Amino acid sequence: MRTIRFLLQKEFRQIFRNRSILVMVLVMPVMQLFILPLAANYEVKNINLAIIDNDHSSYSQKLISKITASGYFRLTGYVFSYKEALHLIEEDKADLLLEIPHGFEKNLVKDNHEQLFVAVNAINGTKANLGGVYLSSVIRDENNEIRLQLVEPARFQAQPGVEITTSNWFNPYLDYHLFMVPGILAVLVTMIGGFLTALNIVKEKEVGTIEQINVTPIKKHHFILGKLIPFWVLGNVVFTLGLVVARLAYGIMPAGSILLLYGFVWVYLLAVLGFGLLVSTYCDTQQQAMFIMFFFIMIFILMGGLFTPIDSMPDWAQVVTRFNPVSYLIDVMRMIVLKGSGIRDVLPRLGVILLFALVLNTWAVLNYRKTS
Amino acid sequence: MDAVIVNHLRKVYQDKTAVDDVSFAVKKGELFGLIGPDGAGKTSIFRMLTTLLLPDAGSATVDGYDVVKDYKAIRNLAGYMPGKFSLYQDLTVEENINFFATVFKTTVAKNYDLIKDIYIQIAPFKKRRAGKLSGGMKQKLALCCALIHRPSVLFLDEPTTGVDPVSRKEFWEMLRKLKEQEITIIVSTPYMDEADLCDRIALIQDGKILSIDTPNAVVAAFPDKLYAVKADQMHRLLKALQASPLVKDSYAFGEYAHVTFEGDLEQELAKQGLTGIELQTTPVTIEDCFIKLLKEKQ
Repeated sequence: MRTIRFLLQKEFRQIFRNRSILVMVLVMPVMQLFILPLAANYEVKNINLAIIDNDHSSYSQKLISKITASGYFRLTGYVFSYKEALHLIEEDKADLLLEIPHGFEKNLVKDNHEQLFVAVNAINGTKANLGGVYLSSVIRDENNEIRLQLVEPARFQAQPGVEITTSNWFNPYLDYHLFMVPGILAVLVTMIGGFLTALNIVKEKEVGTIEQINVTPIKKHHFILGKLIPFWVLGNVVFTLGLVVARLAYGIMPAGSILLLYGFVWVYLLAVLGFGLLVSTYCDTQQQAMFIMFFFIMIFILMGGLFTPIDSMPDWAQVVTRFNPVSYLIDVMRMIVLKGSGIRDVLPRLGVILLFALVLNTWAVLNYRKTS
Repeated sequence: MDAVIVNHLRKVYQDKTAVDDVSFAVKKGELFGLIGPDGAGKTSIFRMLTTLLLPDAGSATVDGYDVVKDYKAIRNLAGYMPGKFSLYQDLTVEENINFFATVFKTTVAKNYDLIKDIYIQIAPFKKRRAGKLSGGMKQKLALCCALIHRPSVLFLDEPTTGVDPVSRKEFWEMLRKLKEQEITIIVSTPYMDEADLCDRIALIQDGKILSIDTPNAVVAAFPDKLYAVKADQMHRLLKALQASPLVKDSYAFGEYAHVTFEGDLEQELAKQGLTGIELQTTPVTIEDCFIKLLKEKQ
């Protein structure tokens, strides 16, 4: 016990003397939580639209004003030929083309039928996809209005119609902050816990201090506990800071129990620190450790369901995400913060994370050798 | 019983044999020197004796404990000062000493008498961080930390490399004093002039031991009379010595050339047009013995 106490004392002294660690732990998460959720926004706005109006009728004018009034589109070109419009796309001045054919209004009134042409620049997949969908829905809307005007009231009642109204649960206004902030906080906790642990132990190897420690009768598990506990505490500091920022800057209050949130993070940190520890046992220099950590953190983030839902990944990728601890934390954070899930909902995931923690730490302890 | 017994120890890194069938024994309370150039295998031997490295063959005991089987016991009774300064640079002098005392489950107060002479020299800087100390001070601090648990065997790996001559001298005086405390000391060094300060030395090269004896006996074993020779044209002199049939062995040594020969060398050199020739006998040093042993091996 006395040994552990002194190891902890030494470790905390070193941490408080290292300015860059303090900055990393205190400033970085706060800044990132302020900036990233504002930037990581799924809503696509300011789609550049070029219109080729071959009709110049009141219907085509009405359609154009409706599209530009929707707020999603920015009319960047009003041209007279498809060629010119395509040129705008090539110059990256337009993302979408809408061509209104000659005789649009006349044919619509006479034949009750007319076609519009939409071309999408698919270089940015998300923008193209969403832009196309927005545009079609505006056109559909306009179509309905025209129909209302043209069709006689008597027949209108005879026509059956299905109207769809959606209601968003747990996030009624589809506020992206509510969704992104817990996810980003999960990534931050992972990065800081994992990196600090891995780099710290490798630094002892690099500087040679581990050599001096290894010739002492210090027990393996004492040494490792002496490393894990300080970073576990720092992980909690980061998490708490993150929750405070989420509350103050975004007004996010967890719908569920904060204690449950902490409980999960406590176990989760053990798993992440175990991972950092494991990486450190395989590396000899901080550079190696850095690159290995980056490799895994990239996978953890991109396959953790932060940006793209896991359900829409291919089957093999979904299998991989089951071995990604970050995906569990992001999931649980969103469950507790948005949905107010209770312990029974979280329990299966808690079990998996506990298993991660046990396996990773045992592996790390077994692989840590005092003798080479 | 001997404090350290090394028996046919061998360590191979990939395809390089770092330690090749090394055997020696160190008596209790002895100051034993491993003398050899960089890359001779000194550090590998130290690392095996301090349980940091597993030998590939052979065995060794420290205070009767096997380095492989009883590594736990050895970690309690051996003190090790690695060649590279490896204390915590961001902790102060005082914090480093206290930390290592605690790790060995003892306190500074209990063993203060042992480190007192050394510690008072660094005491004025006890609040300074170890990384900010001068080279000589770092050595003293490292020695204090290696001694804090009153080890029975002290391993010092090149303790004077990169230390100024005055600090080197002080360091060896400290080792002399420690010897009086009956601590067995094994020290490695690439400096031949430090060999005379050891009780016994082992000359080591390419992982093999060339000779083990007291410094005096090693010197006495030198079979020939050794001369130092100097001329105005040193470069030509060295070439002439190497070409001469009279010369058994010759090599540059400081401002002189050391040479062993039979016959009248001075006359022969004068015949070759060298001027200002000085030829005199010179006492044999450990370095001369080392060079001779190396050449014999080849």
